[in-house]
Amino acid sequence: MRIGVDVGGTNTDAVLLSGKNVLGAVKRPTSKDVSSGIAEAITALISECAITPDAIDAVMIGTTHFTNAFIQRRELVPVFAIRIGFPAGRGIPPFTAWPDDLKAVVRGGSAMVRGGFEFDGREISPLDEAAILAAVEQARAAGIGQIAVSCIFSQLNPAHETRAAELIAQHAPGMEVSLSSEVGRVGLLERENAAIMNASLRPLAATITSAFRRALAELGIAAPFYISQNDGTLMSADHMQRYPVLTFAAGPTNSLRGAAWLTGASDAIVVDIGGTTSDVGVLIARFPRQSTVHVDVGGVRTNFRMPDILSIGLGGGSLVRETPDGVTVGPDSVGFRLRSEGLIFGGETLTTSDIAVASGQATFGDPARVAHLPTALVEQARGAIDRLIDDAIDRMKTAPGDIPMILVGGGSVLVSATPQGVSDMMRPEHAGVANAIGAAIGQVSGEIDRIYNAPDAASREAALADARAQATEQAIAAGANAVTVEIVNIEAVPLQYLPGGATRVVCRAVGDLALAEVR
Amino acid sequence: MVREITLDNIEHLAIGSAFLGTGGGGDPYLGSLLCREAIAQYGPVPIVRPEDLKDEDNVFVAAAMGAPTVMIEKLFSIEDQHRAVEVLERFLGRTATAIISAEIGGCNSMMPVAYAAMRGLPIVDADGMGRAFPALQMTSFNIEGVACAPMTIADEHGNSVLYQTVTGLKAEELARPVAAVMGASVCMSCYPMTGAQARRAAVPLTLSGAIGIGEAIARGGDPRPPLDRLIDALRAHAYYSDAAVVFRGKITSLERDTTRGWVFGSCTISAMGGADAATGVAEVRFQNENLVVHVNGELRGIVPDLITIVDAETAHAIPTERLAYGQRVAVVACSAPPILTTPHALDVVGPRCFGLDEDYVPVRDLIGECA
Repeated sequence: MRIGVDVGGTNTDAVLLSGKNVLGAVKRPTSKDVSSGIAEAITALISECAITPDAIDAVMIGTTHFTNAFIQRRELVPVFAIRIGFPAGRGIPPFTAWPDDLKAVVRGGSAMVRGGFEFDGREISPLDEAAILAAVEQARAAGIGQIAVSCIFSQLNPAHETRAAELIAQHAPGMEVSLSSEVGRVGLLERENAAIMNASLRPLAATITSAFRRALAELGIAAPFYISQNDGTLMSADHMQRYPVLTFAAGPTNSLRGAAWLTGASDAIVVDIGGTTSDVGVLIARFPRQSTVHVDVGGVRTNFRMPDILSIGLGGGSLVRETPDGVTVGPDSVGFRLRSEGLIFGGETLTTSDIAVASGQATFGDPARVAHLPTALVEQARGAIDRLIDDAIDRMKTAPGDIPMILVGGGSVLVSATPQGVSDMMRPEHAGVANAIGAAIGQVSGEIDRIYNAPDAASREAALADARAQATEQAIAAGANAVTVEIVNIEAVPLQYLPGGATRVVCRAVGDLALAEVR
Repeated sequence: MVREITLDNIEHLAIGSAFLGTGGGGDPYLGSLLCREAIAQYGPVPIVRPEDLKDEDNVFVAAAMGAPTVMIEKLFSIEDQHRAVEVLERFLGRTATAIISAEIGGCNSMMPVAYAAMRGLPIVDADGMGRAFPALQMTSFNIEGVACAPMTIADEHGNSVLYQTVTGLKAEELARPVAAVMGASVCMSCYPMTGAQARRAAVPLTLSGAIGIGEAIARGGDPRPPLDRLIDALRAHAYYSDAAVVFRGKITSLERDTTRGWVFGSCTISAMGGADAATGVAEVRFQNENLVVHVNGELRGIVPDLITIVDAETAHAIPTERLAYGQRVAVVACSAPPILTTPHALDVVGPRCFGLDEDYVPVRDLIGECA
């Protein structure tokens, strides 16, 4: 049996899964220290399901804690950035374009040293080991304990980054090192930004990891725990302690993955309606479609693999207004104050939830308080809500033709009829805890993003075979049961304006956690 | 009229040059970072009008050449640009008195500004394309008889190569493989000109035009829709003035194929009815840049006139590689600078140079009913 936990900004949800069954689900408020909220939720779950802690094989936790800490500039530490690749790239040094308030907290200095690779694997220069040591000295003298190392084309060849990490470990054993090749993909500035963000969060990651450990130990749970990553797969607690930045997009990913698991759908649109916004995403082969644009996190440009999510201002607390041009819905919302401000709860504000109750779609609050609403107003508001959903679905579809849709989230009562362009609307049971389910069903993955020199068909095939083998190997190293590993995505894109067939290959392998196979 | 490039209008230049990139030309983002650093360090860059250039002025091109995927790893440095120009200056025995962009559309609008800041030189309010094109010979400089060579390329190590080629096409052919050996992200200088030559052969008013377009798109606090503001800015310009939204709708089909270093393909946009007058479908064909747009089978714009697909709400240009099904877009067409549309120019940048089996028809003859 596995426990999945989703730590959101407001609620901490926990679910117990056995094979294909949801044995129980609970919701508790998120605590400030995160771990006591988790402990409370798991305790409630264990007692609700009447199991003993030793029946639990693994605990999977999804958390937005690190994203929120970074966005709110909470508990960040200064970082010294070392970029390998000089003299290339020296015109745009580390921390360029970081917001001033963030730089004030995180920028602990930087150095650009010789080394790095060309697109075809040649060295730009040999690694300047003396310069690495000098940079480490500089960081130590400034009292900085976190170093972020980036290197040109480290996605192609991480050798200079790993050598730098070795040198730092030998000469400054107390320093912690974050490598860009572990957290990002092609695009030096964005990958370097991710490494710096990661380094700034590591002390917090250590605190949170030990808090999780302690909380589980106090509950008598000896099973290992895992953390959800951006792509919906899991990493070990040790890995999270070193790479907290890999949790940044886990929330929406888990919601989409949970929706897929609850319905068995492989390709579908997922609409998650909350209190203030609706998030619309797309499942392709059970995984979220990835965004292709750069994503700013806390004002810093990154290129994480984030799910492609369209957020619209429609939720259970969205304001409904009568205007000369007709009835409008949102984008503003009463949010969590719905339970005091909505008409059905005795408040004064007309919200989408009031419309759902007035039209008989939903039964909560006090229906008598909305009985006076004119039918025309209710119908017009419903029409406006339907149009928002239809439009969002249409924007996210990748092809004409109807597609199945999965409706999750607390605000899903707003949807009455099957939206346009939808072949089959599913409202799974336990949709309210899709995030926690997404965490619980996490698999493990391996991914590579490299540039191969592949001028002809034979070398192209060899490149693809190499990419598959390496991604598979990484998945197994991350804890996957070898027989379950499959390649879920492989793309080969020839580079523009280059002769000689330089080809960027992105390959991803996913497998079940080896541990989950034990029982 | 803009007189200098500052930290305040560099963003406008980036947005406007993305529009003039007509789907290609590369992302100006990294270049704009370089400009910010350079302007912060060296101060604003004065803009000189081409007609104010003296005959004996020495106008040098600054540009980046390479693969976009490599540029985002190796970034750029002004020092490498300086080496490319310096080697050319030494060879010619002339010192630059002004810097010019070869291509205002996309990322090559930026490096010349950063470089001019470092040199303390003015930047010419002009360029060699008035838009983006995929090859070195496709410039007004070439069309007007200025030689591409002598030309230099330089890498980050201090290596540089000087080309003395007979044609611009040959310069292109010889430079690409060497640029790849140098790491596929190099700085270059080509088409060295006197002030007299630049007055005659450059496309004027494109730098200020790009800033004006970008400003119109980004302007805050203006109640008019960004798309209307964009069209107004184009119509107010000396050359881009035959401008119209030729279609509005939603992308319903997209074909893209990267072969031989180019992104080839087409994009189909379908009308959504409602308030929009448009009906039917539009098809835009591209080779890195957008080449031709047909609405319900009828020609509405063709290269060298500019065709840009923009976000229907924000009016920001959408580059070819970011087009996606479901996007709400408007197709904007506007007239190319006249220097690009003479019979001789059409032999260099006309539809047939891109393998299109259609003749050039000026956009003003096509957009009557849209305008």
